Amino acid sequence: MSGYNFAYLDEATKRMIRRALLKAVAVPGHQVPFGSREMPLPYGWGTGGIQVTASVIGADDTLKVIDQGADDTTNAVSIRRFFARVAPGLRTTERTAEATVIQTRHRIPETPLREGQVLVYQVPQPEPLFRLEPRRAETRRLHALADYGLMQVKLYEDIARHGRVGSSYDHPVMVNGRYLMSPSPIPSFDNPKMHRSPALQLFGAGRERRLYAVPPYTDVQSLDFEDHPFVPLRAKGRCTLCGAGDSYLDEVVTDDRGGRIFVCSDTDFCTGRQTMREAAE
Amino acid sequence: MYVAVKGGEAAIANAHAWLAEERRGDARVPEVGTDAIREQLTLSVDRVMAEGSCYDPDLAALAIKQARGDLIEAIFLLRAYRTTLPRFGASAPIDTAAMTVRRRVSATYKDLPGGQVLGPTFDYTHRLLDFALAAEGLAPPAAAEADPGQDAAPPRVTGMLAAEGLMAAEEPSEAEPGDLTRNPVTFPAERAVRLQNLARGDEGFLLSMAYSTQRGYGNNHPFVGELRQGELAVCFAPPELGFEIEIGDLVVTECQMVNQFHGSRTEPPQFTRGYGLVFGRSERRAMAMALMDRSLRAAELGETVEAPAQDEEFVLSHSDNVEATGFLEHLKLPHYVDFQSELESVRAMRAAVEAERHAAHPTERHAETVEAGP
Repeated sequence: MSGYNFAYLDEATKRMIRRALLKAVAVPGHQVPFGSREMPLPYGWGTGGIQVTASVIGADDTLKVIDQGADDTTNAVSIRRFFARVAPGLRTTERTAEATVIQTRHRIPETPLREGQVLVYQVPQPEPLFRLEPRRAETRRLHALADYGLMQVKLYEDIARHGRVGSSYDHPVMVNGRYLMSPSPIPSFDNPKMHRSPALQLFGAGRERRLYAVPPYTDVQSLDFEDHPFVPLRAKGRCTLCGAGDSYLDEVVTDDRGGRIFVCSDTDFCTGRQTMREAAE
Repeated sequence: MYVAVKGGEAAIANAHAWLAEERRGDARVPEVGTDAIREQLTLSVDRVMAEGSCYDPDLAALAIKQARGDLIEAIFLLRAYRTTLPRFGASAPIDTAAMTVRRRVSATYKDLPGGQVLGPTFDYTHRLLDFALAAEGLAPPAAAEADPGQDAAPPRVTGMLAAEGLMAAEEPSEAEPGDLTRNPVTFPAERAVRLQNLARGDEGFLLSMAYSTQRGYGNNHPFVGELRQGELAVCFAPPELGFEIEIGDLVVTECQMVNQFHGSRTEPPQFTRGYGLVFGRSERRAMAMALMDRSLRAAELGETVEAPAQDEEFVLSHSDNVEATGFLEHLKLPHYVDFQSELESVRAMRAAVEAERHAAHPTERHAETVEAGP
């Protein structure tokens, strides 16, 4: 697309974002304010992730974009097309293993990430405490003091009332033993994948103008109690398409008489397994 | 074999082609030109320029056409374009006292230097549908023209009050004002940043918040000291030249609200100012902005902050309609991964409740089954 810089953002803006990212990497889990720009995609649709991706990507990178674990969901297609238009030379892929940069909404790929890969999360609400304390001036103070009693009490009340922790996604994590962080609305099933991941994990919240990061091999612990340990949730069953019994499953309603099947949410993982199975047969 | 209901590239392209067709409407009806929008839907254009924070009537008209008249969508288009523009520098501050006024009214004085100039306003029109407008081709009769005379740039009403010592003085500052398009707003925010936020905030939001202060949610006793709209020259001093040149004209609306203030320990009773300045001709917007500016000064003036309209974090965080509509409408995006987790969580909780009930009354369930039987 003519008239725009490589990857849409001008170089001064990219530099500003990279500086904020460096700070974010240096202080894992800490939310760094940044001068988020208006993007040609709406706020809430991945503008933070897009700005992070645009700032770290080069023409020799290979980009994968997923939404709900899938490469072919409309918003993932739209964002991938956006980068294909504004970043000439950039390769795109649907294979997790081939990608150098993966932008994601709501999932972490099933295929374990490796060193050198960058996982960019789209974050709607970077403040893990916002439902307990809506004032960001106040939550900033709580983070500074590492005062996370509010969240501990909330989890305790969940357990006291419902016998279990109520958050099944966006379950808060403690990063490097210091900052409480929103993992973005990934299912709690994915939380353990963040712990000591060899990949660099970057988080962008465009509307809220915050960036944060988890450097490779950093401790990421889901908040829990000794007597009520964190339990990641997944639907019981196997993927109808590939037979996987350990992947995160989407429930698909097949008729109006209660019929339903389960399929992998990670389309690349599922396709890969189907291909392997066909090759074996 | 089941095929997941997921959109692909073809679906998106088809949807957008259909959208383009819908935008054009019935092809037998002549297409509306951007020049017609610019000239005849001027107040839409003004709103898009104000909230798009980009003064360009042609681009605003194009955005309105492209957005099918959805002004928030048009504002978004203009914002996304604006953000890519390089910055050459900052213009000299505009001087609203030097404005060529087309309209200027004061509600605090019956007559005043410069006079009351009604100008082109909806005020005092009777809101009766004019069916003659539905028939095309009728040019309205020319309006009478007055000699601008010496009243073209009348003095400010608030200046007159200040001269008498009745108007609280504003703190002059030479500091570079913050820029909310470049730096995220942090709280507490300085007044310049608040005003920037209000100047491009959603008109409906500003209107409702300002209205709430009038109904008792907050502490406002406002008078329209002065409301003026007209044209202003914008000057810029390119570093190569070293002196100011005029680079264009702006139409703006300025509102100065005069508010009663009972005084505090350090300040005598006097009037305080609420200030509104917006692109284009929108008095509703300028007045709402002025009310909100004053309302958000509550803490600074030692008033109790208790209403939403006095809470700067609440107001500034929710005024932007591009942010608000994006985040609200993102709920249309797939959320099935999260919903699946919720399903599993609710099912697990229900199973636990069911098991507990069964353990407490093992016979009850049995009885029910029997009763329900044939």
